[in-house]
Amino acid sequence: MPSERELARLRWQCRRGMLELDEILLTYLERHYATAAAAEQAAFRCLLGEEDPQLQRWLLLDERPADARLHALVERLRRLTPTD
Amino acid sequence: MTLARRRFDALIIGAGGAGLNAALQLADSDFRVAVVSKVFPTRSHTVAAQGGVNAALANVLPDNWHWHMFDTVKGSDWLGDQDAIEYMCREAIPTVYELEHAGVPFSRLDNGKIYQRAFGGQSQNFGGPQAARTCAAADRTGHAILHTLYQQNLRARTHFFDEYFAIDLIRDDEGAILGALVLEIENGEPLLIEAKATVLATGGCGQVFRTTSNAHINTGDGMAMALRAGIPLMDMEFFQFHPTGIAGKGMLITEGVRGEGGYLINKDGERFMERYAPNAKDLASRDVVSRAIVTEVKEGRGCGPNGDHVLLKLDHLGEEIINQRLPGIRETGRIFAGVDAAKEPLPVFPTAHYAMGGIPTDRFGRVLVPHGTGEEVVPGLYAAGECACVSVHGANRLGGNSLLDILVFGRAAGLDLREQLGRHHRPLDEASVEQAMARLNRWDRKGDGPTVRELRDAFRKAMEDHAGVFRTEEIMSEGLEQLRALREELDAVCLRDHSRIFNTARIEALELENLVDCGMAIAVSALARRESRGAHSRPDYPERDDVNWMKHTLYFREGDRLDYKPVHTRPLTVESFPPKERVY
Repeated sequence: MPSERELARLRWQCRRGMLELDEILLTYLERHYATAAAAEQAAFRCLLGEEDPQLQRWLLLDERPADARLHALVERLRRLTPTD
Repeated sequence: MTLARRRFDALIIGAGGAGLNAALQLADSDFRVAVVSKVFPTRSHTVAAQGGVNAALANVLPDNWHWHMFDTVKGSDWLGDQDAIEYMCREAIPTVYELEHAGVPFSRLDNGKIYQRAFGGQSQNFGGPQAARTCAAADRTGHAILHTLYQQNLRARTHFFDEYFAIDLIRDDEGAILGALVLEIENGEPLLIEAKATVLATGGCGQVFRTTSNAHINTGDGMAMALRAGIPLMDMEFFQFHPTGIAGKGMLITEGVRGEGGYLINKDGERFMERYAPNAKDLASRDVVSRAIVTEVKEGRGCGPNGDHVLLKLDHLGEEIINQRLPGIRETGRIFAGVDAAKEPLPVFPTAHYAMGGIPTDRFGRVLVPHGTGEEVVPGLYAAGECACVSVHGANRLGGNSLLDILVFGRAAGLDLREQLGRHHRPLDEASVEQAMARLNRWDRKGDGPTVRELRDAFRKAMEDHAGVFRTEEIMSEGLEQLRALREELDAVCLRDHSRIFNTARIEALELENLVDCGMAIAVSALARRESRGAHSRPDYPERDDVNWMKHTLYFREGDRLDYKPVHTRPLTVESFPPKERVY
């Protein structure tokens, strides 16, 4: 399980310049990150290092990351719904 | 414990386009410049400005800065200051070329010149045919500009304090600003940054409303710091709402959906815009559509179990057209509303988008306060961008003018500062430092009061219901009492987590205080203005009233006091544009 401090640090990394990214990243962090496999957690930390327009193109438009681990995570994030 | 201290020539708070452009002018002149940002700089809200930046380059159609000026004065519903607007429209041209030379990858025409697109509200020849004035870098203009300015600042050796949160301004007995107390988020340690001059460039405060298109970071931090330093906020009642945000969430659904044939319906399936705007229908102006949606909800024709939104129907357009012409709409609907827009209508409600008001400044970015029958400059304090009110947007901002505002006036503040930084640092005022520390230490208090989240949710809901799109005397008076009661409750709010390391709950508490201050400024200013002008719409006072209300509002935190000051109707070099009816 990630520590409270790690979660707090990641929560701040989810603060972005666009509301859509704030909501998608925070929803995943708060509801799914703690129970995700270690590889997916690592992919999420890696995703947070990307620039906002890139994240927007992956999460809301038609582009997908070339990296297989990021690709799988992006697909999962795109399937989030308000009731997740 | 001793408070850590650093000294710089200039302190910039906020690392969006305004802050970074101010910093660059100074760092390039070898001044020691500190930029404090609560998030990594290229994650500032400037990245969300994707449309472009206006400048009368005349690359696509004939254009002239004077026509741009006319459109901006008209767009402002004659509340904008015409000297500042003339300055902005003239300076737009060298500002865009400066960005081009700094490396912003603007989209190009075949002849190599910067591509310019047409936006609403742009005209040739003072209200004539459509103009094409908006320079864009594909669909990521804001990010391209921000990234370039950040890189240029790194080259110029600007010192960045990333993930530091500004607590309060430090000032002396004469009101001069001496720097700010900031907090390193990672370790919870305060740091005092002394500076000969401080620039507030902290962006907007859209998070004050429950439904907003603004990122979570837009909590009005600089505006509230100014208020606590005794400086008023100007024209805060003017807040631009976009009619179609995802209900309860706020993400923008572009006007392009209605442009392609999408339309709004109420719970009876009625195309209600036909009643409110028989000609333009769903393509009526933003304020008309926003008010119509709220009226439908208030009169019991809203949709959903709580009847609190309307529906935007576009499934009849077909999957192919939606996928081709409206990229991202289906994903936005699915993720945030749980609805596939190609199969079902989207739940929508007006979303708070842009604050026209802010910290009063002149066209050099210098912060102004009333003095006698006039105004005086606050020594050592500047403001630029959405947190400032210069005022170029007046009662309503035009598309493409927000990036322009932050760039022109961020640059102007930096240029003016270059002339002011020769002097020595003023002596530090320890009483002011203690006051700022007290604001921080207040959150060490323990107890079982309401949580930050509870109070924030209640405050934002009250703002939406009582100071949002639909503003009557009765609704706003009732709301003001609620907001005041919630402000009283703020004192009882306690944190459950008192650790120092990455305690984001403490940051959110400090942000809540800022939101409450900004919200009160909006609600008090809006209740007092008994006319309809631009984004401020009063069904009980439906007309613009130039005799009594062609003036700027000033809100002071102490006692929720209001004052007013005249609009600058005289431009710098050209004839004034006299008020007319604003029709398009």
